[in-house]
Amino acid sequence: MENHLLSIVTFLPVFGAVIIALIPKEKLDIIRWGAAAITGLQLILAIWILYIFDFSSPEVQLQEHFAWIPAFNIEYFMGIDGLSAPMILLTSLLSFLAVFSSWNIEKAQKGYFALFLLLDAGMMGVFASLDFFLFYIFWEVMLLPMYFLIGIWGGPQREYAAIKFFLYTLFGSVLLLLGMLALYFISEPHTFNMLILAEHSSQFGNALLLGMNAGKVIFILLFIGFAIKVPIFPFHTWLPLAHVEAPTAISVILAGVLLKMGTYGFLRISFPVLKDATLWFALPLAILGLINIIYGAMAALAQRDLKKMVAYSSVSHMGFVLLGMAALTPAGMNGAVFQMFNHGTISAMLFMLVGVLYDRAHHRDIEGFGGIAKVVPIYAGVTALAFFAGLGLPGFSGFISEALCMIGAFPVFTWITIFATIGIVLNAGYFLWAYQRIFMGELNSKYENLEEINNRELFALIPLALITFFLGVYPTPMLNLMSSTLNHLVEAVKTAGMVAGL
Amino acid sequence: MNLNQIMTDLSYFIPEMMLTGILLLVILFDLFQKPDTSIRSGYVALGGLILVTIALLGQDVSTSVGIFSNMLAVDPFGNFLKILVTVGTILVMWMSFNSNELKNRRVGEYYTLLLTLVLGMYFLVSATHLLSIYISLEMVSIMSYLLSGYLKEQMRSNEASIKYVVFGAFSSGILLYGFSLLYGLTGSADIFEIQAALSAGTVSPALMMIILVMILVGFGYKIAAVPFHFWTPDVYEGAPAPITAFLSVAPKAAGFAIIIRFFNVALSSAGNPNMEAWTALSNMDWQSVMGILAILSMTVGNVIALQQSNIKRMLAYSSIAHAGYMLLGVVVADQTGIAAVLYYAAVYMLMNLGAFFVAIHIKNEYDTEEIEDYKALGYKAPVLGVIMAIFMFSLTGLPPTGGFVAKFYIFRALIEYGDMYFWLAIIGLINGVISLYYYMRVVKAMYFGKIELPETVHHAPINITVLLCVLAVPLLFAWMLGDPLSIYAQNAVQFFVK
Repeated sequence: MENHLLSIVTFLPVFGAVIIALIPKEKLDIIRWGAAAITGLQLILAIWILYIFDFSSPEVQLQEHFAWIPAFNIEYFMGIDGLSAPMILLTSLLSFLAVFSSWNIEKAQKGYFALFLLLDAGMMGVFASLDFFLFYIFWEVMLLPMYFLIGIWGGPQREYAAIKFFLYTLFGSVLLLLGMLALYFISEPHTFNMLILAEHSSQFGNALLLGMNAGKVIFILLFIGFAIKVPIFPFHTWLPLAHVEAPTAISVILAGVLLKMGTYGFLRISFPVLKDATLWFALPLAILGLINIIYGAMAALAQRDLKKMVAYSSVSHMGFVLLGMAALTPAGMNGAVFQMFNHGTISAMLFMLVGVLYDRAHHRDIEGFGGIAKVVPIYAGVTALAFFAGLGLPGFSGFISEALCMIGAFPVFTWITIFATIGIVLNAGYFLWAYQRIFMGELNSKYENLEEINNRELFALIPLALITFFLGVYPTPMLNLMSSTLNHLVEAVKTAGMVAGL
Repeated sequence: MNLNQIMTDLSYFIPEMMLTGILLLVILFDLFQKPDTSIRSGYVALGGLILVTIALLGQDVSTSVGIFSNMLAVDPFGNFLKILVTVGTILVMWMSFNSNELKNRRVGEYYTLLLTLVLGMYFLVSATHLLSIYISLEMVSIMSYLLSGYLKEQMRSNEASIKYVVFGAFSSGILLYGFSLLYGLTGSADIFEIQAALSAGTVSPALMMIILVMILVGFGYKIAAVPFHFWTPDVYEGAPAPITAFLSVAPKAAGFAIIIRFFNVALSSAGNPNMEAWTALSNMDWQSVMGILAILSMTVGNVIALQQSNIKRMLAYSSIAHAGYMLLGVVVADQTGIAAVLYYAAVYMLMNLGAFFVAIHIKNEYDTEEIEDYKALGYKAPVLGVIMAIFMFSLTGLPPTGGFVAKFYIFRALIEYGDMYFWLAIIGLINGVISLYYYMRVVKAMYFGKIELPETVHHAPINITVLLCVLAVPLLFAWMLGDPLSIYAQNAVQFFVK
């Protein structure tokens, strides 16, 4: 069936950005509601896409083909499968809710929302495209609005944070570009089509590049490109800065969607296309996952800035994704992608909550509060919920996905998995300790009149809380959505390994 | 050579003759102008160049020929570059009309010199004889010296001119020495005969290397490749801004043209016009030497540009780095590599002229060249700010701009060539990341930091806005169209070979 739903979902925000650019800047309400309407419509379309998506098939669906630059065999090729479908839902959901977190942006709102919508389009395009060149264009296009959004509307150190983010990710991107071109020229016939590249997987293992196995060299190039985005230790240093300095809504997008692009890239490109190299790199990847889990949690434990703590918790949580996918077992793989989705919703909640507090108190020092649960009980309740979800309490979605990652990894990397459980304890430690210091104990007299969370803020939080809770109790719909594709992927990588005698 | 032959050759020479005619016309016309109306000579020159462009577009180059006893070649390659430099000159003239530096003085000779320079570039891109190469190179250089010293009463401008002359004279002296060795060894100054003589392989590699270095000094100076770049920043800073913009694109493109023609025709083993790839003569590995020059140019240019606070100097160093990227394409020396260089030259012309033009306009309006002073420009002059940002992104090579497409072609050619140039591609791409930092400093100054929103918004005059849009819009759509320009560049890789 040929239709253009994916293109519409991707380019709708571009259209919206143009509309917003045409609205006079005094009409603030029209600008805000316009952005909300566009992202809302996008969310409805994304749900519609999931509705017509055939869960049982591992095939790529809703394909769109269009010969774009025939001379280089570059196609405009869109399509989704069980891997990208949850990401598309996540992107549209968080974009919509983040508009409401952006309500209080104080300056140049018009530019803000226009750039925000462009960012949205870039993210959507990354998840929907199946031609590597197209993927790369979207991947890069995202950087520009992000740079401005952090650099203009961010916190005190915004300029430094913005350029650091930009330099890091651009460095990753150029390696990605190299890897992409190497794949293109090694494959016969030359192509950027990811599905065809995956079929020709064995060609890369047999070719040479720089005198080494081409598959491995390209894997490393792509790995660095994606690892910076995830971010995997030691490429993570841009993250705390960018997340802390970005305005609330942008932190939500950064943690909720952008980080997923790294792991998505592994699963979309590195794993299926470079199957031999994936098996070769599985153990290092698992070890890096473990380092992320422990290091992120320890770093979070040491923070006094609440937002920085949440930022480091992302590093830790993304470690589970790495561990799960490195295991190359069905449980681990499903757990990894499920964790990507859950971390998206949970970290979005956490960043929104930090934003709510910061809007009122104008600081984020964990030690600077105390006992405010008495003043703002609803806020305290929602935060408790989000923190419990964050630390992986049973009954919340994070628990299921982390457990799946562990279950999947245990038979393969037994010791690594055992050490990874330390991370769970540490996770619980910093969340509960922070909660205690902010909400419990003696009331800090400065905050006797702290304003309660308002309806707009609740409106952005409640859907996420419901999803977290629902998927924690009944994860089957989400797992059904992705399992056939992911099991197929695991199968394909394993089979290639057996052929190669690994 | 009989008269008939000369008449036939002249029929291939119509654009050059037209240009000469217009040149003389402008000189005559200017005699009748008062200082305050001398700008009209500029309009005549501009009109003339447009006519020449039409003639060039209409010229039939489907069969390449050598004219005037193979002094010059008329072929698709030369035609492409002639059009390129002419379009560049037209854009520069358009901007010159708006330049404050050139206001209130006689400008007739300014346009005459510019036209002469164009004529020199026409010869340079089609020269196939050591004599014609040298003469046209000097023609281009001498006009450049004069134009960069055009603001007679300014110290900076004089300094620029003198430095340029000293470096230029020195380099062309060395070039001439290299040529004389070549002539002595081969007994001919015709590059086709030189090729034939050299490919016999009797000349010792050491001697060949000396010749190569000497020739590279001469040509490298024209394209401002490291280590022959020392004149660039001072000249670019001191020369009238439109001339700086001009020098950074048109003579540079012409310099690349002669490098490509000379090395691929005279110093490569294949003399076949339809050959898709050229290989360096066995006893002269110029590809490796040029690869080193490319690495040096990119790295030195980018690293020094990081520290510049004056926008003209920053763009000067960045132009050195861009010469490095283009040299990467020359290293590849096949159809795709050279087409990539031609494409890059065209895109670079758009974005670099654009960046300079914005800088000129800012200088006119706010009297500053410091990047710091671009503060809040994005709010004070929104249209200008957005356009400048597009140029900066494009110069960095970020998608979806034309700069990305151009870099993509270069690196594609490198990687396609095989394993041996993969390292060059890595170094080149990492250099792109370095350049991000200093280009973004301009963007940062324009948009970031504490902003007091200005009460009134500045709009550039309509003709400048149109000019900037002419430059910026193609950059935004370069990737979408599947690129007529790249196909055009592809077809232009055809040299005349005897």
